[in-house]
Amino acid sequence: MASVEKDPVTGRYTTGHEWDGIRELNTPLPRWWILVFWVCVIWSIGYWILMPTWPLLNGYTPGILGYSSRGDLEGEIAAQKTERAVWLNRIESLPAAAVEADPELLTYARAGGRIAFEENCAPCHGIGGVGAFGYPTLADDEWLWGGTIDEIEQTVKFGVRNSNPNTHLSEMPKFGVDGILTPEQIEQVADYVLTVADRAPVASLPGAAIFAENCAVCHGEAGEGNKEIGAPALSNQIWLYASKLGNQTPEIRDAEIRATVIAQVTRPRHGAMPAWSERLGPGTIRMLAVYVHTLGGGR
Amino acid sequence: MTEPEGNSLYARSETIQPRSVRGRFRSWKYLAMVVLLPWWYLAPFLRWDRGLGAPDQAILIDMGGRRAYFLGLEIWPQEVYYLTGILVVAAIVLFLVSALYGRVWCGFLCWQTVYTDLFVQIERMVIGDRTRRLALDRAPWSLDKLARKGAVHLLWILISGACGIAFTLYFGDAPTMLPAILTGRESVAVYGAIAVVGGFCYLLAGFAREQVCLYMCPYSRFQAAMFDEHSLIVGYETWRGEPRGRWRKGQPFEGRGHCIDCGVCVAVCPTGVDIRNGSQLGCIGCGLCIDGCDSMMDRVGLPRGLITWDSIASQAARAQGETPRHRLVRPRTLVYGAILAVALGVIGWSLLGRSTTEMTVLHERALLYVRLSDGSIRNGYVVKILNKVRSERQFTLDIEGLEGVRMSVIGGGPHLKVAPDSVGSFTVFVTAAAGIATGRRVPLVFVLRDQKGGDETRAESLFVGPDR
Repeated sequence: MASVEKDPVTGRYTTGHEWDGIRELNTPLPRWWILVFWVCVIWSIGYWILMPTWPLLNGYTPGILGYSSRGDLEGEIAAQKTERAVWLNRIESLPAAAVEADPELLTYARAGGRIAFEENCAPCHGIGGVGAFGYPTLADDEWLWGGTIDEIEQTVKFGVRNSNPNTHLSEMPKFGVDGILTPEQIEQVADYVLTVADRAPVASLPGAAIFAENCAVCHGEAGEGNKEIGAPALSNQIWLYASKLGNQTPEIRDAEIRATVIAQVTRPRHGAMPAWSERLGPGTIRMLAVYVHTLGGGR
Repeated sequence: MTEPEGNSLYARSETIQPRSVRGRFRSWKYLAMVVLLPWWYLAPFLRWDRGLGAPDQAILIDMGGRRAYFLGLEIWPQEVYYLTGILVVAAIVLFLVSALYGRVWCGFLCWQTVYTDLFVQIERMVIGDRTRRLALDRAPWSLDKLARKGAVHLLWILISGACGIAFTLYFGDAPTMLPAILTGRESVAVYGAIAVVGGFCYLLAGFAREQVCLYMCPYSRFQAAMFDEHSLIVGYETWRGEPRGRWRKGQPFEGRGHCIDCGVCVAVCPTGVDIRNGSQLGCIGCGLCIDGCDSMMDRVGLPRGLITWDSIASQAARAQGETPRHRLVRPRTLVYGAILAVALGVIGWSLLGRSTTEMTVLHERALLYVRLSDGSIRNGYVVKILNKVRSERQFTLDIEGLEGVRMSVIGGGPHLKVAPDSVGSFTVFVTAAAGIATGRRVPLVFVLRDQKGGDETRAESLFVGPDR
């Protein structure tokens, strides 16, 4: 190790380190850097005392201020809940129709209902209630279990075909599988139902008599449906088990409807829906009902 | 440790203690100070009647209410392009003025200049002029030095604090905010803003001073690009002054220049430049050296104007013994003037045609159309109506472009009510019978009419139907 000496060129001292004859100039840190360094050290001591710092075996030192970002979040959530409680209380204390009549409440309920809908309902019914194959479109004006605001709220509360005692229950007989109708009869009924859907039923078709005997008791003489038992109307262009947009040519569309009717009569499919009163509060359910009712098809 | 010269990244700056001076330009600077400072401090207290429910402050930026008020103009957040317009106009005015008259902004109007000038005046009143201040800086600490320096800084801090307070008053109702600020009832945000603005006022006008112009400010860098040989700038008449030299009373001026090298021009300069070295970045064009030199020329008995506020072309003409001719109209000023006229025209035109109603129509995206049980097709829209008037208004909404359609509005019948000075949002359903809109996207125009008449606002959208 060489000794510390003064470098004649720069007028500065060397560090005393030498590698292969190369010596290093001593370049001390600037004063401001040292100052900032010590200020940071002092700051860190204050930080240890005030803030959560050291990990312990089962936890950490909380610090005098006891700060935690989770605590912040909990405070914010609690504040939000108090703020919302005012609105929810008003919504819960009024019948759904009165909520819709009040412009302020309607705006709040539609906004809140949309959030709840996208979280809970959209997985099946689609964003905006667009519907999917087997899941009813909620934006149109066809309702299996009724489209008034109270009927919608009832359906949201108790659901369809679940274990809740108040749920909507109904089952279509398995006409094909149980041998009530022959495959030939089922095809004849399907042909007749297509004319019902066009609102021009042809009574001379062989399916007309079969329809009157077997189907009309639930679906109605003219195929108008029955909301008490969730029997869908057949006298319109809306089909649960068909593609939703109906973008095909009329021939392909008719073939699809015919096939879906035959399949349904032979071995019926039944949709189910949870009873949301078991998961959501009454205010949220009312907001959902208002939202769905104002999607455009509410009665 | 000895730091060798040229090895440091930091150049120590000498504090500049400008000497006081009297003259034309000094008077202009006092005038600027007397007009601009009270304006800055008192403008928030100006009132402007906008009717019931609206703030009556003439200049107000209401962050909470998302509005900006300037006299009779009320700006909504989406109209922030007016701010862009104002900035464009300000920039072009700066270009034009710089091309015509040099750094007028820097020398007289810039807040850095005005506040620095004010702070120097305070030093002059408390301590004395340049020589006294330099002497006090060199003197060891004493009770007198402590008292004088303390008084200077106290006054600086008071003025800076008031500057910070004045800044915040533009963002709230000044007459109620001021007492609240002074009695400690305002929010942390307000006191934070006061601390930041006031702190920088104290720092920049008290300590950084000409360093701001030399190292921080972008304007001082690019203003020279607006100059040409006809721009009026502060300049030293080299042809007349050189060769300079010391002069004793009674000596003749034959065979030498008129500059007696007295150093007054440097001593009075707030940025500490020597104007005799030519036009330079450090010169903010305040003309105080002209005042200093003129007074010296008077005493020497020579004509004024050894340092002048004149163009390079005139100077050259005088050096040649010709009569200088100052040209205001030049391609450069014409272009700047034309740009300015266009910018002002666009702003004025858009302000005049500014509507009190706006409507935006958003087509529902989640489902483009719904087929109803009777085969008809329904489209949903969100219609937002901006009512910029301070009273509730009722509108009627109509559709053009598609015959035989039904329209219904959620939460409202045919009358769309929009609260004063706010945005009304409505869900609108349009239903067309089967077949009307099949296989196409029909352009649709929503027409909004104020029921009291007058206003008609249109917005375009589409009606979407199935492919077949």
